[in-house]
Amino acid sequence: MSAFLNIVISIVFDGLAYAMILFIISVGLSVTMGLMGFVNLAHGVFAMAGGYATVAIMTQFGIGFIPALLCAGVAIGIASLVLERTLYAPLYKAGELDQLLLSIGLVFMASGAFTYFFGPDPVSVQLPNYLRGQIDLGVRSFPTYRVFMIAVGIAMALVLWLGLERTLLGAQIRAAVDNRPMAEAVGINVGLLFKLTFALGSGIAAIGGGLAIDILGLTPNFAIQYLVLFLIVVAVGGLGTIRGTFVAALALGIIDNAGKYLWPEGGAFFIYAVAIAILLWRPAGILGRTD
Amino acid sequence: MKFRTYGRAGALLVLSSLPVVTLAATVRVGVVLTYTGGAAQLGQQIDRGMHLYIKQHGSELGEHNIELIKRDSKRPGGDIAKTAVQELITRDQVDLLTGFVFSPNAMASAPLATQGKVPMIIMNAGTAWIPSLSPYIARVSFTMWQFGHPMGGYAYDSLGCKSAASGYTDYPPGKDSVAAFKHGFERAGGKLVDSIPMGGPREVPDFTPFFQRVKDAKPDCFYVFVPGGNHSTAVVKTFAGLGMKQAGIRLIGPGDITQDTKLQSMGEDAVGLVTMHHYSADYATPENKAFVQAWKAEYGADTTPDFMGVAGWDGMAAIFHVIRSQNGEIDADGAIQALRGWKFNSPRGPIMIDPDTRDIVQDVNIHKVVKSGDRLAIQVIGTIPQVIDPCKALRLGKCAN
Repeated sequence: MSAFLNIVISIVFDGLAYAMILFIISVGLSVTMGLMGFVNLAHGVFAMAGGYATVAIMTQFGIGFIPALLCAGVAIGIASLVLERTLYAPLYKAGELDQLLLSIGLVFMASGAFTYFFGPDPVSVQLPNYLRGQIDLGVRSFPTYRVFMIAVGIAMALVLWLGLERTLLGAQIRAAVDNRPMAEAVGINVGLLFKLTFALGSGIAAIGGGLAIDILGLTPNFAIQYLVLFLIVVAVGGLGTIRGTFVAALALGIIDNAGKYLWPEGGAFFIYAVAIAILLWRPAGILGRTD
Repeated sequence: MKFRTYGRAGALLVLSSLPVVTLAATVRVGVVLTYTGGAAQLGQQIDRGMHLYIKQHGSELGEHNIELIKRDSKRPGGDIAKTAVQELITRDQVDLLTGFVFSPNAMASAPLATQGKVPMIIMNAGTAWIPSLSPYIARVSFTMWQFGHPMGGYAYDSLGCKSAASGYTDYPPGKDSVAAFKHGFERAGGKLVDSIPMGGPREVPDFTPFFQRVKDAKPDCFYVFVPGGNHSTAVVKTFAGLGMKQAGIRLIGPGDITQDTKLQSMGEDAVGLVTMHHYSADYATPENKAFVQAWKAEYGADTTPDFMGVAGWDGMAAIFHVIRSQNGEIDADGAIQALRGWKFNSPRGPIMIDPDTRDIVQDVNIHKVVKSGDRLAIQVIGTIPQVIDPCKALRLGKCAN
């Protein structure tokens, strides 16, 4: 295999795995922001909580990685509803600055709380044997876990996309994102819809956080460290669109990886340059609505 | 002369102003370490090493007392450490400064030590040219060149690496470490094909794109510098996850990547790693066995000292030496004079402060990670005795000053 092709495969493969994490964690944020216009900077906290919950469930109950991931997703999804009712709901009518301050405050509080309970050091996860090591896919061998990560990401994107495009619930969400007063006028319970999507988005982010441990690592700083990245994905993709978030995650994941691989001296420069360029070209995001 | 003591660690009130032979003094030592955040584990190591020494040797100060005034430097950036040092000098009026985990923190503080005329004993920060930044700096830890430079020669001569790539955390000691490796490796005859900055010291990055680049370039050896702490586990994991060992690439580096406190969490993947360092808790010398035993008795059987813990111990020994030789009245020039040529039998082996450069002179050992029962252990497979910092000895770059 030519060296050039090898490099392209390296970049695209690792970029894909990275993109899937970005997508899984950010997609809930995109939909809830599109639906309620609530600037929730604390979305990454659900991912972080999901990561810690996955590890805690595995060690406490001695169950495997994948069942623990699902349990963490459900648990965090339900827990997020409590937060939504007690903290977020009173601020739905408030200005954006108030929402911003509340949610960024939550991020710092969560960082402190997780440091208190779990310590400042990174947490690692014990992967099952079949997800470790290398897998030979014909052209060459790849790290098994990243192949798994890509498969999960694509499957999740498909399920979410079909759910949004082909189910009644999905149609209601799309209607509410497009025009909330009209959706309410035709009898859609947007409040209930929002609670559902909020819990679902948080639960999916929690699963994303668990999946990310082996690739991004997990510390109580997670929600702060990756906050900007999740927001970029949402902004570049466009609010309230699953396809947009997916395309943005793919583009940014692969470009960020290419930058680090080809030009490590540039550091994180690439991803920001690309984000700025895309937003100058389409201020509402790649697939965002401009009306 | 009359004096009263309020409690064992209490303040001493000296009532007489007559110049008599010995006045009991309380020496105030400003300690700047990372006490919180992701690097808290490193600050804790040094802190424990210092306190263990004080506990075991406190009586050797005679009537003098030592008071530690601790400040948190939190991050590697330098800004917080500098503010802390400024307060320690101007408000707390400390006699000595010590600690300093990260190089940027020591570099930012160095001008203050000069202006305030306060001796600064560095317990970690290993960028080679740090002692040149102030005449009042002495270092008891190590310099990046003590490991990187001999590792370059060893990789070519003994590990059979004709080509190598290097990867480093992108801040001063990282650049210093790979520069040392490059010089040593190319002088031996090897060819460095790539040198990759891999993110900053504050957060552990995903190393995959950088390591994949090295894997695709297929060098014989891959020299990696990351700061002590959490980065190292991720380095070993990524190296194994990408199958680089099977691809015929050898992971080498300074001993930061096989730090005692991190080694056990690396699992089988670490077996066979070769690093160059000055300390491991597994050293079988009587001095080290006693040190490790005392450490475990004090801090718990499941704890272990690492090179930072031993630097805390040795640094406190240096401070005790200064206090005794100055009889409790610390004068910056006198303190540094006392440290020049100071020799000490450390748990790591015999050490000395070089009279010319005020930097550490010590044995450097070649470490190999082996399986010993159900734990991983460091085996010493070679020793380079009493290494003087090669960067200053060769008068290279910033070390020429």
